[in-house]
Amino acid sequence: MGKITWEMSAQEAVGSSRAAFIKKIYELAQTNDKICLVNCDCSPEGSVQYQFGQQFKDRFIDTGIMEQTACGLASGLALSGKTVFCQAFGPFLSTRAVEFIYLDGAYNDAAVTYIGTHCGVTAAAGPTHAAVLDIAYMRSMPNMTIIAPADAGQIEKVMEAAVDYGHPIYVRCARGEEPLVYKDNSYRYEIGKAIVAQEGTDVTLIGCGNGVYQCVRAAELLEKEGISARVIDMHTIAPLDKEVIYAAMRETKGIVTCEDHMVTGGLGSAVAEVVAVADDEKLRIPVKRLGLPTSEFFIQGEPEEVYAYYGYDYNGVYRTAKEILGK
Amino acid sequence: MNLTEQELRKIRELEIQAAQNRRSLIELTYVSGYSHLGGPLSACDFLTALYFHFIHWDKDHMDDPERDRFILSKGHNADILYCIFANLGLYTMEELLKEYKNYLGRWGEHPNRFHNPGFEICSGSLGHGLPISCGMAMAGRIDKSKRRIYCLVGDGELQEGSNWESIMLAGHQQYGNLVLVVDKNKCQGCRLTSETINDANLGERIASFGWDVREVAHGNNMKELYEALRDVPEVNDTARSKPICIILHTVKGCGVQYMEDGMAKWHAGGIGDDKIAETYQSIDDKLAATLAETDRMIREAAGEEA
Repeated sequence: MGKITWEMSAQEAVGSSRAAFIKKIYELAQTNDKICLVNCDCSPEGSVQYQFGQQFKDRFIDTGIMEQTACGLASGLALSGKTVFCQAFGPFLSTRAVEFIYLDGAYNDAAVTYIGTHCGVTAAAGPTHAAVLDIAYMRSMPNMTIIAPADAGQIEKVMEAAVDYGHPIYVRCARGEEPLVYKDNSYRYEIGKAIVAQEGTDVTLIGCGNGVYQCVRAAELLEKEGISARVIDMHTIAPLDKEVIYAAMRETKGIVTCEDHMVTGGLGSAVAEVVAVADDEKLRIPVKRLGLPTSEFFIQGEPEEVYAYYGYDYNGVYRTAKEILGK
Repeated sequence: MNLTEQELRKIRELEIQAAQNRRSLIELTYVSGYSHLGGPLSACDFLTALYFHFIHWDKDHMDDPERDRFILSKGHNADILYCIFANLGLYTMEELLKEYKNYLGRWGEHPNRFHNPGFEICSGSLGHGLPISCGMAMAGRIDKSKRRIYCLVGDGELQEGSNWESIMLAGHQQYGNLVLVVDKNKCQGCRLTSETINDANLGERIASFGWDVREVAHGNNMKELYEALRDVPEVNDTARSKPICIILHTVKGCGVQYMEDGMAKWHAGGIGDDKIAETYQSIDDKLAATLAETDRMIREAAGEEA
């Protein structure tokens, strides 16, 4: 696996969501003795997970490589009054253990925050190690909240918000160093409430996770051509903030969605469903969904190469936005 | 057997109660037209002993964090527990009969913890109860609690791989507050469990993962059950110890002769007018024979103690 490298301007900062979320959990656990950490072979010596386990022996478990049992166990803890964070590799967490999330988590309404790392194609290790169906699985479950934080700063806010949430949450996290969308983290974060990262009047670009960054970059390119693009950080895919979509339908001419996930069943599907069933037919503006196709298992490559190949990098978002506007 | 006269008198009560719970299940099946039978009947004696004597759990304080937990992993045997909870007074048998598997009713084929009083989890899909129980055992350890986590699985259910993950994990973690109970009634949906997947030496297999395995040769015999549950060591809240596994060698359909004889056929089904009297009679006959033996033992124990 090569290092994830992003094509970006020199002044842009990067951060690791995978490093940030666990630091935040460890920090929260210092003053909250209900917090437990469950993980599946993700606590090497020297890691924050390891440190958590050393300091809070009883509240920590590395189950080994058994995502099903880890997810069931996490529910057992939650049903006993604990605040549970359950971390595993996204593909194994969301696919192999899906029934243990669906039944033990969602059906039992157990307050477990599942954190899938290496989501999307960010592991750069092929389809066995990619979580590209996870939003689709989780979206079809009652009681399940799905969050794809835009950057490392935001995932810390998500961890804080998860503590008292009281219901299962699936958080998808990328693998390594990703660009920071927000230079300033003083903004207010609320689960289920989308963030308009940039105002615009011609077209709306909606992203989640890494997709937000692609939308921001695309908006910059569009702006140079006099096109005003609204950028929405749809960090919470379920429950979906429909109001922000209705506003986009009223105030802009089309929507482009961008996500590191299959277009089927993901953020794009969720947005398209809202648009397609809008009561006022006149409001049904065009929607283009960018992401991985279901027509094939995706190619080998670093994430940004895969994004570009399938047209869901910022250039793809930029091109698609112009297409929608007929420019 | 090592039972006092006082214990035998309690056992006598439990035997009568187990027969009553069976009668309730039969009534439920007769009225509703269909329920699971073989598994609920094989687990009936254990569940009766647990809920009418051993479990530290109070029906008037079911949210007490220090209560023992019972996790029904084989959710398709909920019917007998619905009846037991009715007989314990959580609701009436009339309510259950009216709503069981009926449109918008609270009680369905598999239990739902939000709708069914007494249940700790929603279950039904096999291989989920033990992982959840491991989490509850871990929580008990965090809380330095003496509460115990009981989990009931079927022998067919042990074909699900997640059980073996959890058996490995609990043995390694030494969850001494965890009691896994296997209702080994030797039969699953289609055929004998041993014909599907060889499960000889089940106890040795589980013990090899670091469990303290106990076997009850006659898992529908209340005296043997009583001894086994009585002898589960108290939870040590300061040191780790092996998790406990109790393998109950039971009879599928136990308590109704024709179901015992044709056990594969009676995994689930209905009981019509032609069979209902015979079914109740069989339960009564078996209870009478059991009580005759218990009374003899009580007299013997009284004689010895006198």
